[in-house]
Amino acid sequence: MVLQDNDQTKEPMGPYQWPARKDTDVIGKDHDRLDGLVKSTGAAKYTYDVNLKNQLIAVALGCPHSHVRIKSVDSTAAEKVDGVVHVEVLEQGKEGKEVRWAGELLVVVAAESEGAAREGVANIKIEYEMLDVFTADDDLEAAQRAKRTTKGGNRIETEQEPGDDDDEDEFYEKEFVRLFKDAEIVHEGEYGIDAITHCCLEPHGATAVWEGDKLVVYLSTQNVSGTDDQFAGALGVTANDVEVRCDYIGGGFGSKFAPDYWGIAAARIAKKTGRPVRLMLDRDQELRIGGSRPSGYVKVKVGADKTGKLSVWDSHHWGTGGSGRGAVSIGVVPYVMVPPNRRSIATNINTNNAPVRAWRAPNHPQGCALSQTVIDDVAGKLGKDSYDVFMANLANCTNGKAEVYADQMKVAARLMDWKAKWHPHGKGAVKGSVVEGLGMGLHTWGGAAHPSTCTLKIHPDGSVESFLGSQDLGSGTRTVCAQVLAETLGLKVTDVTVNLGSSKYPISGPSGGSTTVGGVSQSHRRSAQDGLQKLFVLVAAKLGAKASDLIAAGGRIQTTDGNKSLSWKQACGLLGVTPLETTRSHERGKDGALSSSGVAGVQMAHVSVDKDTGVIRVNKFVAVQDQGLVINPKTCKSQISGAVIMGIAASIYEQRVNDPRTGLFLNSGSFDRDGYGLARLGDVGDIVVELYEPESERSRGVIGNGEPPAISPKTAISNAVANALGVRVPVVPMTPKRVLDALAKAAGKA
Amino acid sequence: MTKSNEYTDSSRATVNRRSFLKGSGAVAAATALHSPAVEAEPQAAANVVSGATTITLNVNGGDHKVTVEPRTTLLEALRSQLELTGAKPVSSDGSSGASTVLVDGKPVMASTTLAMAVTGKNIETVESLGGEDTDAVPRAFVKHDAQQCGFCTPGFVVAVRALLNKNPDATESQIRQGLNGNICRCGTYNNIIKAALDVVKGGV
Repeated sequence: MVLQDNDQTKEPMGPYQWPARKDTDVIGKDHDRLDGLVKSTGAAKYTYDVNLKNQLIAVALGCPHSHVRIKSVDSTAAEKVDGVVHVEVLEQGKEGKEVRWAGELLVVVAAESEGAAREGVANIKIEYEMLDVFTADDDLEAAQRAKRTTKGGNRIETEQEPGDDDDEDEFYEKEFVRLFKDAEIVHEGEYGIDAITHCCLEPHGATAVWEGDKLVVYLSTQNVSGTDDQFAGALGVTANDVEVRCDYIGGGFGSKFAPDYWGIAAARIAKKTGRPVRLMLDRDQELRIGGSRPSGYVKVKVGADKTGKLSVWDSHHWGTGGSGRGAVSIGVVPYVMVPPNRRSIATNINTNNAPVRAWRAPNHPQGCALSQTVIDDVAGKLGKDSYDVFMANLANCTNGKAEVYADQMKVAARLMDWKAKWHPHGKGAVKGSVVEGLGMGLHTWGGAAHPSTCTLKIHPDGSVESFLGSQDLGSGTRTVCAQVLAETLGLKVTDVTVNLGSSKYPISGPSGGSTTVGGVSQSHRRSAQDGLQKLFVLVAAKLGAKASDLIAAGGRIQTTDGNKSLSWKQACGLLGVTPLETTRSHERGKDGALSSSGVAGVQMAHVSVDKDTGVIRVNKFVAVQDQGLVINPKTCKSQISGAVIMGIAASIYEQRVNDPRTGLFLNSGSFDRDGYGLARLGDVGDIVVELYEPESERSRGVIGNGEPPAISPKTAISNAVANALGVRVPVVPMTPKRVLDALAKAAGKA
Repeated sequence: MTKSNEYTDSSRATVNRRSFLKGSGAVAAATALHSPAVEAEPQAAANVVSGATTITLNVNGGDHKVTVEPRTTLLEALRSQLELTGAKPVSSDGSSGASTVLVDGKPVMASTTLAMAVTGKNIETVESLGGEDTDAVPRAFVKHDAQQCGFCTPGFVVAVRALLNKNPDATESQIRQGLNGNICRCGTYNNIIKAALDVVKGGV
C-alpha cells in the first residue's frame, strides 16, 4: 500500500472546516506558548545569538550627516587596526555618491572582536561635501519654500454630481461652500501625528556562513520563505544554494521583510574572508535606518448636524515617508466613517530621513488619529457625549461594519464604565491640578490569510511533526499551529512538534498585515484533516469498521459509538516503517470556511492629566477586538495588550526628534530620559482586552490581529486628553510641553 | 577631601573596581584614611593592562577562563566566549535593561560593566534560572504569557528575580515602581506584573 502522498495534483479531500465551539478540545482554549520557557530562560537563540566557529564580528560606519556627497574614503588606517580582518566600502559609501539620510551604512569593518571592529570604524576617514538638509515634516510652508513637496493625490466625492456643462473645479468650489453653509455646525482644526520608528529590540542584521558554494544566513526576518531568493539574486548564486534560518526574531513590526543591503554585505564579506560574518545594526543605526512610520499633519474643516454626524469633510494633509516616499494615503483620511461629501488632498514632503517601512497597519493609525480626533472635537463643540457622536457617525461607515461597531461600543462602554465616568469636555472635577477624561476610537483591517504550505509527518511511533517556512514573531505562531494539529488529530498540544524558521521548509508567506495566523492555520488544518483521513483507512481495516465512522479524540481513534478503538500510537503503528506525509496548501483568496478577512475594533481610554506639569497617565484602557475565530485566546490577548502599550508610547512619549539645522535624529541612541521614549512598566495602567467572538464573527474563520489593535490607541488617548482638558493637544505624542502649550494657547484666546 | 578625590581618580584609571569602591568608602566616611590610598596606588599601577588578558570569571557557580581586553564588556565575554546569550545587547548605555545579570546578587547591566571589573565576584545570568530545577520567575512568565518576541525577556526575568530576592513580599505598586529599568517593545508589561505577583503569592 502506498502511504506516501506528495501528489499535489491529487484532489485534496476536504471539506475543510472548524469544529463548532462546543466541540473543540484545544482551539479556542488558553495554551501556554510552546517556546515560552526557552525564551524566559535565555535558551532561545536569536540571530544576534548565533556564534559560529571563527566568526568575524562586523560593525558598520553610519553616515553622520543627513545629506552629503562622498568626496573621498580612506580606510588604510582601519585596515591596520589590530584584529581587523576586512574593510568593505559599500556601494553608497563610494566616492561621488550622494547620501540622503543619516545613518546610511557606508563602510563595514569585519574583525576578530567587536572592540577591534569598532576601533576600525573609528579609523575610517571620509571627506563629505555637505548638501542642503530638510527634515521639518510638520511645516508645509517651509517644505514648499524648500521645494520639498510633491502632490500626494486627491479624492473628491459629493452627493450632488457636476452637470455635463459644469466646470468641475468651479462646481466643487461652490458645492463645498454650499455644504458648509447648510451644515448645522462647522468645525476647523489642525491635527498631527509624528513619525515614530519600529525600534526592534533585536536590531536588523544577519550572520552569514558559506559551506563551499552553499550559503546559510541566520537572518532576523519576518520573511523566512521569501528572503533566500533575494540573497541568491544579489549574490549571483542559485536560490537552492541558499538557506535562510530564523528560529526566533526579536521584533519586526513590519520592518524586516528583506535581506537588506547589510545582510548581503555580511554574505559578501563572508565569501571574501572565508569565515562566518555577523553584521547587526547598532541601536543608533536601528532607529535611523531600520524603519519608521510616515508622519501625518492635517488642516481640516468639517460640517455636521446637531447629532454630530458629519455631512461634509474637507482636508489637506501632508507628511513624510522619508527620502523619496509619500505621505499617508488619502484612502484613510477620513477614516472608516466617511461623510457623503468629502474632499481630501495630500502633499508629500521629501525629507532627509531614511525611507519608511511598513509599520503595524500601514496608514491606519495616522488616518484614525487625523480623522476621529476631529469627530471628538465636534462632540466637544456640541457639548455632547463622544460616545453618542461616534454612534451617530457609524451611519457613515464605509466598511459595512456599523452594526458590529455599535455592539462593540456597548461592550467597551460597559467594561470602561463609560456612563458613570463621562463628563462633557473640560467639565470634569479638578483634583488639585489633575483632571480626568474619556476618549474612544475605532478601526478596521483586512488580515486575509497569506499563502501557506504545511508538510505534516505522522510517524509510525505516533510522533507528529509539521514543517513550514514561516516564522514566529512572538505572536504565538508555533503554538497556534500545534493547537490546530492537536485539535484535528485528537491529541494534546505537547504531542506534536512544529518546525518553522527555515527557507528549506515548504513555503509560507511573510508575516505582515495580520496574514499569518489565517495562513498557517489553513495549511495545518488541511494537512491534518487529510492525513487523518488516510490513517482512518488503515484503522478501519484493522477494526473492521468504516473509515467514515471513525473519529480521533482523546489520544485514540475510535468508532463514533466508541465500541471499537485503537490508541493513537497503535493506529500509527499500522503505518509500518514509513511515515505518513501529507502536504497541503492555502492559496490567497481561497479562504473557504477556515479563514476570511475584514475586522472591526473599538478602544476606549481613561486618562489623568496634570494641568500644571502636562504629564498624562493612562489609568485604564479597554480594547474590544474582532478577529473571527480565536485559536489561542491567551496569546491573542497578549498581542492586543501589546499593541495598546505600543499605542500608549506613541501617544505620550515616542517621537523621532530631528535637529532643525542638521536634520539629525537626535534621540536615536538610547532609551534614557533624553533618548527614544518608550513606555515603561510603571507607565501603563490597567488594560482590559475583550475578544469579540459572537457566532456571527467566529463562523467567519480565522483572521489575524497583529495590526488592528495597534490602530486606535493614539486616537482614544488623544480624545481622552481633550475630554479631560477641554482643549485639544493637536499633535501626538502629547508631550508635557505640548500639553502645556495647548493649555497656554487656549488661555490666551480666552 | 582633595586627597581622597585624587585617590579615586587614580584607581578609576586602572579599572580596578575593588580598590575604587574601597576608595569611595573612604570618601563617604569623610575621614583622612591615608594608608589604604598609599597602599593601593602601587597595586593599582601594577594592574594597568592593555591588549588581551586571560581572566577568570565566576559565572553561575563555576569558574570560567575568558580572554578579554580592557574594553571588553561583561556582556561580550558572556555572549561570545561562554555561549551565555540570554543577556541581550539592546542598548550600549544600559538604558534598555536587556543585559541585566546579577553580580554578587545585585542587578547590573552587563553591557556597561567591564569584564575585568567583575573578577572574583559571583555572576549569575538568566541561564542559572533554567535547567532541571527551573526558577519560579521564568515559570511564571510562561504561565502568564509575559513575553512575545522574547528578546527583552531574559533581562526582565533577572530584574524580577532581583526585585523579589530583595523584597519577596513585593506589592503590585512596588513591582510597578521597581521594574522601570527594562524596556519591552512588544508590550508585555501587564503580564510581567501578573507573573511577578504570582511568584510573590507562591502560585507557581
